[in-house]
Amino acid sequence: MSRISERFKALRAKGETGLVTYVTAGDPDLERSAGIIKRLDRAGADVIELGVPFSDPLADGPVIQRATERALAAGATLPKVLDMLAATRADISAPVVIFSYANPILRMGLDYFVREAGKAGVDGVLTLDMPPEEGEAFRTAFAGAGIDTIFLLSPTTTVDRIRKAAALGSGFLYGISRLGVTGVRETVNDSARELAERVKAETAMPLALGFGLSRPEHVKTVGQWADAAVVGSALVKVIAEHGQAPGLLDEVERYVRWLRN
Amino acid sequence: MSKASTWFGRRDPDARGYYGAFGGRFVPETLVAPIEALEAAYFEARRDPAFAEELERLLQHYVGRETPLWDARRLSEACGGGRVLLKREDLTHTGAHKINNALGQALVAKRMGKTRVVAETGAGQHGVASATACALLGLECVVYMGTEDMRRQALNVFRMRLLGATVCGVDSGSCTLKDAINEAMRDWVARPGDTHYLLGSALGPHPYPLMVREFQSVIGREARAQCLAQVGRLPDAVIACVGGGSNAIGIFDAFIDDAGVRLIGVEAGGEAIRSGRHAARFAGGAAGVLQGTRTFVLQDEHGNIEATHSVSAGLDYAAVGPEHAFLQETGRAEYPFATDAEALDAFQQLARLEGIIPALESAHAIAYVLKSAKRFGPDAVLLVNLSGRGDKDVQTVEQILEEAGRVAN
Repeated sequence: MSRISERFKALRAKGETGLVTYVTAGDPDLERSAGIIKRLDRAGADVIELGVPFSDPLADGPVIQRATERALAAGATLPKVLDMLAATRADISAPVVIFSYANPILRMGLDYFVREAGKAGVDGVLTLDMPPEEGEAFRTAFAGAGIDTIFLLSPTTTVDRIRKAAALGSGFLYGISRLGVTGVRETVNDSARELAERVKAETAMPLALGFGLSRPEHVKTVGQWADAAVVGSALVKVIAEHGQAPGLLDEVERYVRWLRN
Repeated sequence: MSKASTWFGRRDPDARGYYGAFGGRFVPETLVAPIEALEAAYFEARRDPAFAEELERLLQHYVGRETPLWDARRLSEACGGGRVLLKREDLTHTGAHKINNALGQALVAKRMGKTRVVAETGAGQHGVASATACALLGLECVVYMGTEDMRRQALNVFRMRLLGATVCGVDSGSCTLKDAINEAMRDWVARPGDTHYLLGSALGPHPYPLMVREFQSVIGREARAQCLAQVGRLPDAVIACVGGGSNAIGIFDAFIDDAGVRLIGVEAGGEAIRSGRHAARFAGGAAGVLQGTRTFVLQDEHGNIEATHSVSAGLDYAAVGPEHAFLQETGRAEYPFATDAEALDAFQQLARLEGIIPALESAHAIAYVLKSAKRFGPDAVLLVNLSGRGDKDVQTVEQILEEAGRVAN
């Protein structure tokens, strides 16, 4: 059983809501990224999603776009992100998911990426612009290396495609709780609940719900319907606000502990 | 000329939208369902005689088709060989070929019950065409345009606003066409229910490259019949500029099966074929995935998209339509480039030789014939798609020439 599956199994056994945290790798730079993910782990993140900066993040809102720009300006690339992870992996117990657009992986070469990702201790890969219909080569290559392929589900996803994602994906399913790009919202949308109910009716695979969550009450609300809540843009915002301050890592840890309470 | 009703559907990509190894549908999950719905609606529309009839009616009575095929004798003489024929898409309503596709897609959107249209634009011609089609059909229109392009094409920004469209400046990345497409897609992801994304070039996820090509195929269908009628034979080569490649694929389409006709797409060579200074994808690109499709893309060694440059906003784009990548790979079409300087020279020459001021985009195709017509021999017939008129570029060109101290007098 993969580290991701084990983590979700343990959460279910304890009846707890998991917390999936997203950060853009290399923001504000790779060295501090390494520090950030260690603190995410220490603060109790159940899964760490590591975003690979890409020049054209068309599924992302302004917060992650800016983080991506900072990371690229600071020199982050996919190989360097994997090197950073490889050097940090032994200090982290949470499973790590690489969150990327297709092109950086294709440019690196799928086989080479899979080898390097395996060495770096990557547990899962989510490719934003690679729906199941296009993702067969990726899925096969990842499965061969014991890496989970995580698929996205959205309020527009049909029942047939929920089944397809559940059959082809592994680890967990990532539900986008509302339409639109990534970004912080004040409240949890009703569409989150509807999506969760539709997914739960089709599959027993763990479900993490995200897009727009930023507060402990959001995590609790989502926990009523899903296995885990994903917090991304709000965390990236904390990093943006404290990026140049000496207390950056403490702020990150404090924020994630607050989310857990 | 072959009618749309018999022409459409005759050369489809495979069921997943691939032209050989290029194309496909690489989109975020939220867009899969709206794109599948669009594909179904488009396939249904193109089988419906009433749809074809309405499209033909608009093309004839609103756009002003067919457009003339002009025997450009003084240009031919200046080329030093061959006979150059200009397909006058610049004479369509709104002044560029973009209107052919904008009306077609707006009809599909209307059929689907959409009330709102988003579009991207580079040079502004597609934005103007979309705003026009939406005004005509009573649809709300939002156009995303890079702020750098808004500066370069200020006249078109005002035209869009006059037509009732909202123009949203895009201030990310290079502030050009690529960034406008990202922003239009972000808008669509947020409102897939009531909104149609009216993509203006033969780019993006399936079915866009197919749909845009079919709506633009009227250019080639007309030109082929006109050439046979006026010259008595097919041309030796068909030449068009290529940004995303909609005017090129629109004129190539009718000639794909005519093995003796060379198909030549002219890319933007910018200042030089150096990273960030051009938009010649086949000269400096590699296969990759950008904005929903697998095609040739200008990118760095880590897969990030490179900055591009062209004097013409409409060619200033890092990827090329997937079918062009396929035609290049199979050798059916070839893709040389013309530089900024050559295009500027062609822009002025065509004005003086034929009394036609071309769009800077189309001037790249003219630059190619000025440079290369001789190679085809004295009896060659060269068909050039004059995809748009140059009113929008007059200020830019004036400024460049003044700065260079080469004011035309």
